[in-house]
Amino acid sequence: MKKTSIIYLLFMILSVSFMTLSFKTGTNNKEEGIAKDSVGSKKAFLQAYRVLMHPRCMNCHPSGDVPLQGDDSHLHTQGVKRGHDGKGLYALKCSNCHQPQNTPGMHMPPGNPNWHLPPADMKMVFQGKSPRQLAAQLLNPKENGGKSREQLIAHVTSDKLVLGGWNPGDGRTLPPLTHTEFAKQFKLWIDKGAYLPDK
Amino acid sequence: MTTNTSRRNFLKKGAILSGGLMISFVVPGVSRLKGAAVSADTDFVPNAYLRVGIDDSVHVVLAHSEMGQGIWTTLTMLIAEELDADWSKIQVEHSPAGDPYRHTAFGIQITGGSSTTWSEFDRYRKAGATARVLLVSAAAKKFGVSESECRTENGWVIAGTKRASYGELSAAASTLPPPKDVPLRGPKDWKYIGKGAKRLDAPAKVNGTAKFGMDMQFPGMLTAVMAHPPVYGSKVKSFDATKAKAIPGVRDVVQVSTGVAVIADHFWAAKKGRDALKIEWINSAIASFDSVAQLAEFRQLAGTRGLPAAQKGDVNSAMSKAVKTVEAEYSFPYLAHAPMEPINCTVKIENGQCEIWTGSQMQMTDQEAAAKVLGFKTEQVNMHTVFLGGGFGRRATPTSDFVVEAVEIAKNSGKFIKMVWTREDDIRGGYYRPSFVHRAKIGLDAAGMPIAWDHTIVGQSIMGGAGPFAAMIKNGIDPTSVEGVSDSPYMEDVPDHYVGLHTTTTGMPVLWFRSVGHTHTASVMETLVDELAHTAGKDPVEYRRTLLKKHPRHLAALNLVAEKANWGQSLPEGHFNGVAVHESFGSYVAQVAEVSIDANGLVKVHKVVCAIDCGLAVNPDGVRAQMESGINFGVAVALYGEITLEKGHVKQSNFHDYRVARMSETPVIEVHIVDSTDKMGGAGECGVPPTAPAIANAVFAATGKRLRQQPFGNINLKA
Amino acid sequence: MIKLKVNHKDYTVDASPDMPLLWVLRDILGLTGTKFGCGVAQCGACTVHLNGEAVRSCVTLVSRAEGQEIVTIEGLSPDLSHPLQRAWIAEDVPQCGYCQSGQIMSAAVLLRENPDPTDADIDDAMTGNICRCGTYPRIRKAIHLAAKLQHEAGVK
Repeated sequence: MKKTSIIYLLFMILSVSFMTLSFKTGTNNKEEGIAKDSVGSKKAFLQAYRVLMHPRCMNCHPSGDVPLQGDDSHLHTQGVKRGHDGKGLYALKCSNCHQPQNTPGMHMPPGNPNWHLPPADMKMVFQGKSPRQLAAQLLNPKENGGKSREQLIAHVTSDKLVLGGWNPGDGRTLPPLTHTEFAKQFKLWIDKGAYLPDK
Repeated sequence: MTTNTSRRNFLKKGAILSGGLMISFVVPGVSRLKGAAVSADTDFVPNAYLRVGIDDSVHVVLAHSEMGQGIWTTLTMLIAEELDADWSKIQVEHSPAGDPYRHTAFGIQITGGSSTTWSEFDRYRKAGATARVLLVSAAAKKFGVSESECRTENGWVIAGTKRASYGELSAAASTLPPPKDVPLRGPKDWKYIGKGAKRLDAPAKVNGTAKFGMDMQFPGMLTAVMAHPPVYGSKVKSFDATKAKAIPGVRDVVQVSTGVAVIADHFWAAKKGRDALKIEWINSAIASFDSVAQLAEFRQLAGTRGLPAAQKGDVNSAMSKAVKTVEAEYSFPYLAHAPMEPINCTVKIENGQCEIWTGSQMQMTDQEAAAKVLGFKTEQVNMHTVFLGGGFGRRATPTSDFVVEAVEIAKNSGKFIKMVWTREDDIRGGYYRPSFVHRAKIGLDAAGMPIAWDHTIVGQSIMGGAGPFAAMIKNGIDPTSVEGVSDSPYMEDVPDHYVGLHTTTTGMPVLWFRSVGHTHTASVMETLVDELAHTAGKDPVEYRRTLLKKHPRHLAALNLVAEKANWGQSLPEGHFNGVAVHESFGSYVAQVAEVSIDANGLVKVHKVVCAIDCGLAVNPDGVRAQMESGINFGVAVALYGEITLEKGHVKQSNFHDYRVARMSETPVIEVHIVDSTDKMGGAGECGVPPTAPAIANAVFAATGKRLRQQPFGNINLKA
Repeated sequence: MIKLKVNHKDYTVDASPDMPLLWVLRDILGLTGTKFGCGVAQCGACTVHLNGEAVRSCVTLVSRAEGQEIVTIEGLSPDLSHPLQRAWIAEDVPQCGYCQSGQIMSAAVLLRENPDPTDADIDDAMTGNICRCGTYPRIRKAIHLAAKLQHEAGVK
C-alpha cells in the first residue's frame, strides 16, 4: 500500500515537472511531425474553450455540487446533488430521470447511458474558469481524472457523454463548433504544445 | 309501516330545524346507496348528512369537497361530537349535487372562501344531534325505559345494564319522526371540537388507494387529450386527423368549442394522437395581447383617479399638509393555480343520464352547465365528487370550463371518456390570478403617522367573468379587486383617504386564486406600512401596534407572533426579520419571516413564525397544517410565480418555468394559535397573504431595498 | 408483448416499447396509486422503484423496465405497516394527497441508503418531489420519525 502510493506520488511529480518543462520548451520541439506553436496552440484552445464553456458542456461541470440546466445555466431546479460518484444522491440520482437516450419533446430530460457529473473527489469544474485556468486544469492529471494528453484527445473525440453535447434533445442549443471541429481544435491545442492561454 | 315505505316517506319529508338552519331530509341521488355495505331497507337516514347502517357503520356525507384542507376530518368531528359515534366505524363520502348541500351562507353548493368549518359548524352538529335523539328514542322504546334513562357512548345507547348498538337501532330509528329542535353540547363537553382528530383520509393517501378524478376507470372508458389553441380562446378553422388516427390505440378525434379532442385507449396514445394533429386556428383577440404592454397600460392608468372603492374626507387637502410623503408603485403578474392533479373530468352519457366524476368545488354549477350542453334537465346529470388533488380555486370555475369541455367530448363522440389535461394545458389554460398594479401616496404628520392615503388599484375583475357572482360588483367596484386595501384597518383610521379602482377588460380569463385579492393587497399594505414605520424612524412592530390600537384581533396575532419570534432580539449573522399582519376570510394572521441573502444575491427564507386568530379552532392541528400550507404557497407567490404572455402565447408551460416551492426552499415553520372565542374565521387561505410582505420586509431589513414587483426570487439583491 | 414484474407479480402487457412506464402502470395495469403530475420529470408524483431506485415513471420507457423489479406505492406494504406510511399517518402529512405516493417512494430510497438522514439529506433527496399543498415541514418530520421507527424495527 505504502509502496504504491509512493510510486504514484513519484509519478505525479514526474508528470507535473514534465508538463512544466514542456510548456517552457514546447516551441523548439517537434512531436509526431507537428511543430510546436504557442500562438496556434493557444488559438486552438480558445476555440475549444467556447465549446467547453457552452451550457451543453459546462452545465455538468459546475462550480458547486448542483448541476446546471438550460442555456442560462441555472441551478438544476430539482435540487440534484453530485454525490460521491457524480451520479446523484438518494431519490435524485441522474438516471432516475435521464434515460439512456433523449426523451423526445420540449423540456424533457436529455439522455445518455452514462449521464453523470465528475465525481466528488475530482470535480473538474469548468464554470467560472478562465481559458488559462481551464487549460491548466485539463492538463493536470490530478484534476482531469488521471488522463494523459492522448487520453484527453481520445476523450473529447469519442467519449459518448461528450458527444451527447451535440445531441442535446429537443429545444436545446448546440455548442458553437461542430463536434469534429471541436475535437480538431482540441487536438491542435495539444499537438502544438498544449500552451496555456495568457489569461 | 314497513321500513321501506317509512323510508320513502321519510326521504320526502323536509324539515326546518330551529336556528334558521335547514337540515334537509331529502337525500338526493338515493340510487347511489345501491351496492353499499348496508341495506337500503334498514339504513337509518336521519338527514342528508349522515346515515347509520345495520352493521354499525356511520356514513358521513360531506356537502363540501376535500381538496387537502382537511374537512373530511373536521366535518366528521362535528357530527361525531353530537352523535357519540364510534370513530372507528365512521366512513366519509362526498355528497352528490343537491339542495341540501347548498352553502349555509352563500346559497350555492361551493367549497371556497375558507368557509367550510364555520358555515357547517351548526348544521353538521345538528345533523349528529338529531340522529342521536332518534337513536335514543328507539332504544328507550326497545328497553322500555324513558329517554332520560338512556345515555350514549361510542356507538351504543346504554340504559343500566341494557345496551344496543346504533346499528341494531337503525331500523327502529328510521320509523320515528324527527325532533323539532335538538340541543347542542357546550364547550365543556366537547371531545373533538378544539382538540382535533387524526386525518381520516391519511391511510388511503399513503397506500395509493385514495381515488382522485384522475384515477377514474371503468369498462368502456377511454381517455381524451385536448389540443388547445396556442393562443387562448382561438377557434378551430380546420384540422387533419389522418396521422392521429393512424396511431395504435386512437379511437376517435372530435372537435369541441375549445379545440380538438383525441380519444384513445389510454393517455399515452391520446397524447401521441394529439401531438400528431394538424390544426389551423382562427386567432382570438388575445393574439395581440402582451404582458409587457399590459403592465405599461396599467401603470398609465394608475396615474389617473379610479372609481371610488373607499373614500373619506379630502385626501388632496390633507396630503398638502403632510410633513413627509411616501410614494410607491407595485406590480403583480398573472398566476396559475397549478394544483398537483392536472385538470380532468370523466363523463358517461347513457340512457338519458349523464354521470360526471370530477374534483369540483361547485358541483351544482357544473351540473347545470353539463345539463345545458346536453339539453338535459338538471336531474339527468349526476355529479360524483372524488378527492381533489388540490383546488386553490381552480376547480371552482363559474363557467365550468373543463366540465363543459369534457361533456362536449362525450357528447360529440358518443363515448365514455376521461378527459385529462397535460400540465402544459393547465399552466396555459387561463383562469389566472389577475395581474395588478397599485400606486399609493401616503402623507405623514410630524409624528410620522399617516394623515392622508391616496391609493389606486388597476386590474381585471374576477367577479365580472364569474356569471352570477357579477352581482357582487356594486357601483363598478369588484370587492375582490380591492379587499385588503379598501377595508384595511390602516385605511379605516386614516382621516382622509381615497381608494380608486380601474377595472380593465382585456387579457386572459381570471379567477379566484387561494386568498383572492389578498394575494396582492396584503403585500402592498404591509410593505407600505413597513416603509411608513422606517420613514417615521420607528420599529415596524411598534408602529403597527400604534396604528392597530382599535383592532384587537390584529393586535392579538401581532403580539403573539412578535413574542414567539423574539422580535427585536439578535439573529444569526446575516439573518434578518420582517413582519406582516393581515386579516382575510375572517381570520387574523401575523407572520415574521427570517431571511438571508445568499452568495448569488438571492433571498433565502429560513423561517416563518406565524400566529393566527381564527376564533375557535375546531381542529387546531388542521389550522396549523393550513398555515404551513399557506406559507409555502405564499413563498411560491413571492419568489417564483409568474405567468407572462407574448403575442397571446403563454411563455411558461410546466414546473421548470412556473416554479413552486420545493423541499429545499421551504422555511422552518412555527404556528401559534391565539386562544380566542371570537367569531370563527377560515384557515384555508388566510395563511397566504402575510408571507410575501413579511419576506419583502425582511429583505428590506437585510438590503435596504424595497421589493415592489413580484416575483422577486430571481432578483440579484447584491447587484 | 412486454413482461413486467410489478410488486412481485408478473404481468404481460401489450404496449409499445416507447410507452412510459407510468401509463402502463396506470392505464393498462390499473395501478393508479402512481400519479401523473407534469409528464416531464419535474414533480416526482410518478416516482416508483425500478430495481430499488426512485425513477420518474413518466419519462421511463416501459422497455427499460422490462424484466426488472418494479415496486409502486401499492407494493410498499400490504397493510400500511411500512415505517414511512406509519410516520406519514402519525404526522398527518397528507393534505390533498396527490403527490404523497411519489414523496413516500422517494423517501424510501433515502432511508435505505441513509438510515439517519439530516435535514440537509432530506433536502438532497426530496427536492425533486413537488407538493403544492406545501406539506414539506410534515414530510420532513415524518421522515425523521420513520427513521426512528425503522431503527426500532431493527431494519438495517
